[in-house]
Amino acid sequence: MQKVYTKIESIVGNVITVRAEGIRNADLALVGDSYASVIKLDKDLVSLQVFAGAQGVSTGDPVRFLGRPMMVSFSDNLLGRIFDGTGVPRDHGPALTENMIPIGGPSFNPSKRTLPNKMIRTGIPMIDLFNTLVESQKLPIFSISGEPYNELLARIAMQAEVDVIVLGGMGLKYDDYLKFKETLEKGGAMSHTVMFIHTAADPIVECTLVPDMSLAVAEQFALEGKKVLVLLTDMTNFADAQKEMAITMEQVPSNRGYPGDLYSCLASRYEKAVDITGAGSITILGVTTMPGDDVTHPVPDNTGYITEGQYYLKGGHIEPFGSLSRLKQNVNDKTRDDHRALMDGMIKLYAQYKESLEKKSMGFMMTEWDEKLLKYGNLFETKLMDLSVNIPLESALDLGWEILAECFEPNETGLKTNLIKERWPKKEALS
Amino acid sequence: METLTGRVTGVNGNMTKVSFEGSVRKNEVAYIIVGDKRLKGEVIKISNGEASLQIYEMSEGIKVGDPVEFTGELMSVELGPGLLTQIYDGLQNPLPDLAEQCGFFLERGVYLNPIPDRDWEFTPVAKVGDKVVAGDTLGTVPEGIFTHQIMVPFTTRGEWTVKSINEKGSYNVRSTIAVIDNGKGEEKELSMVFSQPIKKPITCYEERLRPDETLVTKIRCIDAFLPVAKGGTFCVPGPFGAGKTVLQHLEAKNSEADVVIVAACGERAGEVVEVLTEFPELEDPKTGRSLMERTIIICNTSSMPVAAREASCYTAVTMAEYYRQMGLDVLLLADSTSRWAQAMREMSGRLEEIPGEEAFPAYLESTIAAFYERAGKVRLKDGKIGSVTIGGTVSPAGGNFEEPVTQATLKVVGAFHGLSRERSDARKYPAIHPMDSWSHYDGVVDRERVERARSILIRSNEVNQMMKVVGEEGTSSEDYIIYQKGELLDAVYLQQNSFDPIDAVCPPERQRIEFDRLYDALLKSYSLEDKSEIRAFFNQLRQEFLDWHATYFETPEFEAQEKKIADFYMAKAID
Repeated sequence: MQKVYTKIESIVGNVITVRAEGIRNADLALVGDSYASVIKLDKDLVSLQVFAGAQGVSTGDPVRFLGRPMMVSFSDNLLGRIFDGTGVPRDHGPALTENMIPIGGPSFNPSKRTLPNKMIRTGIPMIDLFNTLVESQKLPIFSISGEPYNELLARIAMQAEVDVIVLGGMGLKYDDYLKFKETLEKGGAMSHTVMFIHTAADPIVECTLVPDMSLAVAEQFALEGKKVLVLLTDMTNFADAQKEMAITMEQVPSNRGYPGDLYSCLASRYEKAVDITGAGSITILGVTTMPGDDVTHPVPDNTGYITEGQYYLKGGHIEPFGSLSRLKQNVNDKTRDDHRALMDGMIKLYAQYKESLEKKSMGFMMTEWDEKLLKYGNLFETKLMDLSVNIPLESALDLGWEILAECFEPNETGLKTNLIKERWPKKEALS
Repeated sequence: METLTGRVTGVNGNMTKVSFEGSVRKNEVAYIIVGDKRLKGEVIKISNGEASLQIYEMSEGIKVGDPVEFTGELMSVELGPGLLTQIYDGLQNPLPDLAEQCGFFLERGVYLNPIPDRDWEFTPVAKVGDKVVAGDTLGTVPEGIFTHQIMVPFTTRGEWTVKSINEKGSYNVRSTIAVIDNGKGEEKELSMVFSQPIKKPITCYEERLRPDETLVTKIRCIDAFLPVAKGGTFCVPGPFGAGKTVLQHLEAKNSEADVVIVAACGERAGEVVEVLTEFPELEDPKTGRSLMERTIIICNTSSMPVAAREASCYTAVTMAEYYRQMGLDVLLLADSTSRWAQAMREMSGRLEEIPGEEAFPAYLESTIAAFYERAGKVRLKDGKIGSVTIGGTVSPAGGNFEEPVTQATLKVVGAFHGLSRERSDARKYPAIHPMDSWSHYDGVVDRERVERARSILIRSNEVNQMMKVVGEEGTSSEDYIIYQKGELLDAVYLQQNSFDPIDAVCPPERQRIEFDRLYDALLKSYSLEDKSEIRAFFNQLRQEFLDWHATYFETPEFEAQEKKIADFYMAKAID
């Protein structure tokens, strides 16, 4: 028998209070037709956060406690479906109610984790070749607003070799949401994708639920042995939603208005990335937009301390400098014997190209070597860095050799002689 | 003993208010009974007749009216043989056992026995009739490479007499091995295990000594330029990606301590997995046994409940003090103390305390100071010397050292190893900034010559700054040589390749020889014509030194290369 309470004592921001007894912390309730969760108990005074926002809530609205925490349905029926932050379908499909699982579950036991050692192929040379994505890695894409980060995510979703994709959208523009949907449907990736989408127009509380919903579902798939890729965009919106809620609840802010537990908030989500001993894995790729291109802003800063490297999206491509996949060492010695050497060699030459470019812009004389570097940098940027390039790692490596051969003599590359003998495309140059 | 019970009256995050009747101690442990689960918590405030309980678990599902059991005991850990090689969470739950029992996830409300249930070969030391006090040795058991002393619990007050003690033999860790009485009719049965409150330092020693002995880490730039002492403290602040954790892992692997305790406090679980997979495979340079045999891991990663994070540092330091009581040198590495401070900030916010700078509580500084002060070198009652060295990493927001946690830490530590983004970007590892960092301890090389070498580094840096403005052509040859000398010192002494099997570990004897040679080369004047000759000379000299690093110590190749270096620079040197 569910008891209905009809006297709401206060409504402040998105938080309402009601007098009730026997209520458990974090339980779910219905306020009118909107879901709400218990966030504070003080004797018989219960504070509830209304997911759809408290706008228009009347003090006479009925409050019904459901006696369970926030849950999400889990089954293979999820695949190909789109939901909002509370798990309500967005795609006119039927609501799912079977096999409900709680969200924001306990942390993974570190002694059951496996050392990450499997590469995820994405077909993007700047990732596969230079900063390999590794199964169970957590990586943010640091980006300024306006960069094509959602296009990049969509492309990774289409091309990555994984079993299940979970896309969590937070504060997405409606157009972006439609674009994601269209791209995935056209590319045929929708059949193994689940989407939890909060658009910028939706209530702010739902935004904070998206990562938990996405990751709870991902965790179940991973426990079934699936290789899951979770894409989260944009985590800065998530942090801002946390900030908004904390301030309305009169919490003491710590840094630029963000709550003191921002680090824990972000970490408890990112740390769900795991390679489970004897089961599947969760890899998390999130977008963190940097307000004002400032990496010391609390959101990218805290994120950097949590994640295992980052991809820097700048000027429409993944920057070779600043981008880092900390786990690439675990895998790039097993791909092809020239992978590491070519990666280091090409980046070193690209760094020299940047210096030459700077010299050129300052009006210095260009030597023959500078001209070679300029040619190389140009080819590198158009053939490898361009985000629309989609080739497997092996072809990317071959392409790398071709670019080198087109611009340099073998001994100018700084690569080991035996490697050059084996891989240099123009054999006549070797004699 | 009758247990005191109470009832939950309010819940806010992981802070619970509890009404009670009777007397409750501040900082005592209590359990909230939620369904069939018992959730551990600590009383951190008592006001208006209500106790505020900080719950070490997630607080979902607690309701008003839930019963609470007060234990009357302060937050404690269990100490006894078998701690080494273990992996615990912040509340001393053994994680592998937990995985066996609960599967993949850390289920809340499950508290397992932290001390492995097994038999040990006990040899008595004390005799019947002996007078004993807290910290005195009753007997010993062999624990791996150490003789583990079974001691009178540190919380024992006054003088007691041994009434009976077991003979040499094999006993279970929890069976009674001795009975002591205090002459007032009180008797205590002691086993090999006892519990110890974590927030009070253990003081069962004769006197504290000045930390005057270098703790060798085999990292050149630390041992010579920024040394750490046994019983000293040091901190490693740095922005993300500068290599704090890699540096700590190196210290954990190579330093010449007897016991190493790694406290992963609010950091990535993946890094703990690295230690877990790597350490059992590695060999302890001192004993040749598995590195894990001298290691305890306390792991409270960033996604675990935040209140337990605060406890994890204290859990670790209490274990460190326990092994110090056996006359061992213990190194405690805490990664990261910023996360620990943030946990305090979260709790303080929930208690609605008036915030200090950046919302950290006002007692931040004194808490940090009290924690680091638990390090120290001591002379024990039996004359043995033991020490606890504490090294903490700090993760300052935005890499800016002007923030409260870094500043509070700098006030109390004896050495500061500041990591710099600039150096890590330039792939100069370890990325410790050689000029900003400092140390108050004595290293493997005498201080005078180190200072002289450092002054060359500073001058070289100045010349470099100047060269950026006037260009290479506007710099005099003398200045240019100084610049090159500084670069040489940086490249061949301060930087060290941790992936190279030989260079990664540089024993102190080798450091002294290498420093002597380099110092000699730095102080010489050279007759070199122009800039290109100077550059070529120093490039070649650098290459020779790097080749020297690649030779094994105390081999003919090592000596031959040293001679080659000497011959090379002496040819150009002028008196």
